[in-house]
Amino acid sequence: MTYYIIRRILYAFPLLLGVNILTFLLFFVVNTPDDMARMQLGEKRVTDEAVQQWKEQHGYDLPLLWNEEAHGSGKITETIFYSKSIGLFLFRFGRSDSGRNIGSDIYQRMWPSLAIAVPSLLFGLIANISFAVMMVFFRSTYFETWGGILCVIMMSVSTLFYIIFGQFVVGKFLQLVPISGYDTGLNAVKFMVLPVLTGVVSGLGSGTRWYRILFLEEVEKDYVRTARAKGLSEPRVLFTHVLQNALIPILTGVVVVLPTLFMGSLITESFFSIPGLGSYTIDAISAQDFAIVRSMVFLGSALYILGLLLTDISYTLVDPRIRLS
Amino acid sequence: MRRLGSNINLVVSAVLASPLRYAGGWYPCVAQIAGFLLVMAAPLSGCDESGWNNPYPEVEASKPILYTSFSERPKHLDPAVSYSANEYALISQIYEPALQYHYLLRPYTLVPLTAVAVPTVIYRDREGQILPVESDEKKIAFSDYVITIQAGIRYQPHPAFARSGQGEFLYHDLSPDELRGIQSIADFDHTDSRELIAEDYVYQIKRLVDPRSHSPIAEFMKGYIVGLSELAGELEGAKNKGQGLDLKRFSVQGAEILDRYRYRITLRGKYPQFQYWLAMPFFAPMPWEAVDFYYQPGLVEKNIILDWYPVGTGPYMLAENNPNRRMVLVKNPNFHGENYPGEGEPSDASNGLLTDRGKLLPFIDQVVFMLEREDIPYWNKFLQGYYDASAISSDSFDQAVKFSGAGDVELTENLKRNGINLETTVATSIFYLGFNMLDPVVGGGAKKARRLRQAIAIAVDYEEFISIFMNGRGIAAQGMLPPGIFGYQEGNEGINSYVYEWVNGEPRRKSLDEAKRLLNEAGYQGGRNPTTGQPWVLYFDTVATGPDDKARLNWFRKQFAKLGIQLVIRATDYNRFQQKIRTGNAQIFMWGWNADYPDPENFFFLLYGPNAKVKNGGENAVNYQNPRFDKLFERMRNMDNGGERFRLIQELQEIVRHDAPWLFGMHPKNFSLFHGWYKNLKPNLMATNNLKYQRIETVQRESIRKEWNRPKIWPLVILVLTVLALTLPAWLLYRRKLHATAF
Repeated sequence: MTYYIIRRILYAFPLLLGVNILTFLLFFVVNTPDDMARMQLGEKRVTDEAVQQWKEQHGYDLPLLWNEEAHGSGKITETIFYSKSIGLFLFRFGRSDSGRNIGSDIYQRMWPSLAIAVPSLLFGLIANISFAVMMVFFRSTYFETWGGILCVIMMSVSTLFYIIFGQFVVGKFLQLVPISGYDTGLNAVKFMVLPVLTGVVSGLGSGTRWYRILFLEEVEKDYVRTARAKGLSEPRVLFTHVLQNALIPILTGVVVVLPTLFMGSLITESFFSIPGLGSYTIDAISAQDFAIVRSMVFLGSALYILGLLLTDISYTLVDPRIRLS
Repeated sequence: MRRLGSNINLVVSAVLASPLRYAGGWYPCVAQIAGFLLVMAAPLSGCDESGWNNPYPEVEASKPILYTSFSERPKHLDPAVSYSANEYALISQIYEPALQYHYLLRPYTLVPLTAVAVPTVIYRDREGQILPVESDEKKIAFSDYVITIQAGIRYQPHPAFARSGQGEFLYHDLSPDELRGIQSIADFDHTDSRELIAEDYVYQIKRLVDPRSHSPIAEFMKGYIVGLSELAGELEGAKNKGQGLDLKRFSVQGAEILDRYRYRITLRGKYPQFQYWLAMPFFAPMPWEAVDFYYQPGLVEKNIILDWYPVGTGPYMLAENNPNRRMVLVKNPNFHGENYPGEGEPSDASNGLLTDRGKLLPFIDQVVFMLEREDIPYWNKFLQGYYDASAISSDSFDQAVKFSGAGDVELTENLKRNGINLETTVATSIFYLGFNMLDPVVGGGAKKARRLRQAIAIAVDYEEFISIFMNGRGIAAQGMLPPGIFGYQEGNEGINSYVYEWVNGEPRRKSLDEAKRLLNEAGYQGGRNPTTGQPWVLYFDTVATGPDDKARLNWFRKQFAKLGIQLVIRATDYNRFQQKIRTGNAQIFMWGWNADYPDPENFFFLLYGPNAKVKNGGENAVNYQNPRFDKLFERMRNMDNGGERFRLIQELQEIVRHDAPWLFGMHPKNFSLFHGWYKNLKPNLMATNNLKYQRIETVQRESIRKEWNRPKIWPLVILVLTVLALTLPAWLLYRRKLHATAF
């Protein structure tokens, strides 16, 4: 397995390089270094000299990908792409174009993202599995039929609706929790209730349907029939045997998203004013801050690759039949 | 805290005790869910029945704290760099330039802030001889401003000033070990202060050309302050040689320290508007200790930088700067003290704005800027009393404001009942439709093109635009100057006679027939090309970012279509748009300007020939050239306000109305709402250091908030009962199935 992990890590490098090149090209197709300078310097009284000086200060006065005037390896190394990218592979994100330390910002902002994403995932899982099990338990009854219809309706509604509706009902009408905001430590709990609740409810339709399929697949298998033949009650069959076996795909599905929880959710963070990483990237795109954009895309890619690797490893842990080679 | 923690456990255990574990009995489980929902809310309230939704700590309820918000984190808090309203909202409370605007008086009047008096300009000729004030501008080679600051003003407590018993700075040479526990400026154990001196103002002027600062006004000020350009060269040279940039070692001829409390700024030629710059944060004092402190690499690594942690003498200091959540200003314990103004406009006394005359400022202990990205949550929290003031977004306009039969604006009954007040003021800004004067069709001084522009100016009905797209929040512009700027004229004399006529005591847009007549005169018969018979095609360059823009752009198309002209929209992103303007590739475009200071020069310079965008990279975005205009502008800009200047301004207005390089669009009107407990609020479009004048009636606010925010539990009970009712048949069904026999 060690060999497998090392190989996968080595595979990650060309992938990350590709993502980095793509981000670079897409960003600079839309924004030129001059645009970035003007964005940072403001709109009033900006002179060409000031723009040039800003570019020199921030290393954007070099050619983008190929430096014709340089010699030898300088043709590649004396470019914006090389000078801005090489540190990323060492997870040195450097400074944003507005002068802030990106690593420090990411460290600070990942906690609020996690504070929302982890409970949303956890409670979401519990709620989805509970409803899915109930639908299987009451299969072939009106409960399953209407539950399925409700799930489809819930899937069809935009997350934004859940957020605004949640803010209106829970925050404004019932006045039970703050409409938006965030705090540190345990004081954060009352701010987390509404975003977590909307996160769980908005994912309930699709989650329940997905887990229901997994359970239904299991419930018809031979070992379940055997369990029933042995006289076990339906609840015992479902909760002891079916649930345990259905957890394998659930677990692997969860593991893949675990690393990306750091990246936060754009809409939730924006509407609830959660100071997480989701809004960090969008703010950077709006501000044409290439340093942050490339760092966040790189981090996102690296975490996604890590998630896939962890999934593969988790297969071997939950299913003894699988071996990595 | 323990209580809250234990209830979190309750939440988790209640969720974990899901139906899966209670297959043998559903009723206890449902009851538990109901209990969970109720219990969950209890700890959030701090044991108080009201204000469960209070986003602030309960202990703050009775304190004079102002709550406001920001949607986008300020880019810069360094006074040499900051140049936008959201940044000024913070730093103007911290940094104190020598001058400020009187809070209540109109027209806007400069008064001393840290200075003893508003400086009187001294003119000198090339030989340095003092000239009389009324001297011919051509003879004036230099203008001197000698500023005397008050003695005894002290900086806020700050670690940059902290010294050991031996007099050495404690934190100017931090080792990695010392840096380990430092995450923010509040983590330093020791702070100190020192007196404000003239040197600090001169130091800041040098910072304007410090290559590390990137001040947006560096190039502009190099043209005025004597020796600043040379200093910039020296600093650049020192930087390139890898030498330190200790600004104390460098001097600038035009910024001279006369003694501990006096300094002199020398400008080339005459530039009376410079006094307004002296009221802007660019010319606020900066202690060298702070700059030395913040340039330590270890602190820069941790984002503890001058651009993020200001050091000033103002009424407030930045105690918490977490742009990801909130920024908090607290009273500066070393504030030198200032009294609430004793005079104002005649209506100020009746509006209660002089109740606090003579009282010591500031009234508010803390100002909390909360991150609030979206309008809807902000608006709802304002209605709950958790924000003290609010603008009106398009989403909430109908909830907030209605128009009376006479067209007057008033609050809706609901808001009036809640004691909310509305304040409106016309901004010192203009939005206009610019015609690129380099364009062969719409540009140039030829009669044909001028008639075309005048015809378009009549056809594009900005009153309708304001009504449809601005909810009535604006007034159609009659010229370059907005109300409140010297030279603005109301009534018949102030209208744009090429577009409006004066009817029944108000301006009325000329008829479309008049526009068509002008178009015919221009040779565009019926808006068609006489050779091909096809409609004339004009191009409108604009920034369009979302679906909301579509209606606006369609409206513009329709306005041009009234003349038979086909308008092609060339929508693009902001970068490309700016590039088109810079290179002169746009034909017609929309642009705007917000005044830096209340002087007509700050508007007319936007059409001054030498400021042409394409040729000289200036702010004349339409590249208008008119020697007569330029000559009159050169005379007007350096005159003191008076009859002659007023006359010249009217002449300038007449020229641009006639030439029509701009289609004068509108001056936006700001609508702001504030609660009854928020006192001393008067819009001041020039002053940004207003928070010190404002006051909160905390007792009133606390009781109203409690009244408005009583949690409602009954809908939850109904919800639980409904779920129960819906689940019961399923449960019965299951029981029947469980007990059914196989045959």
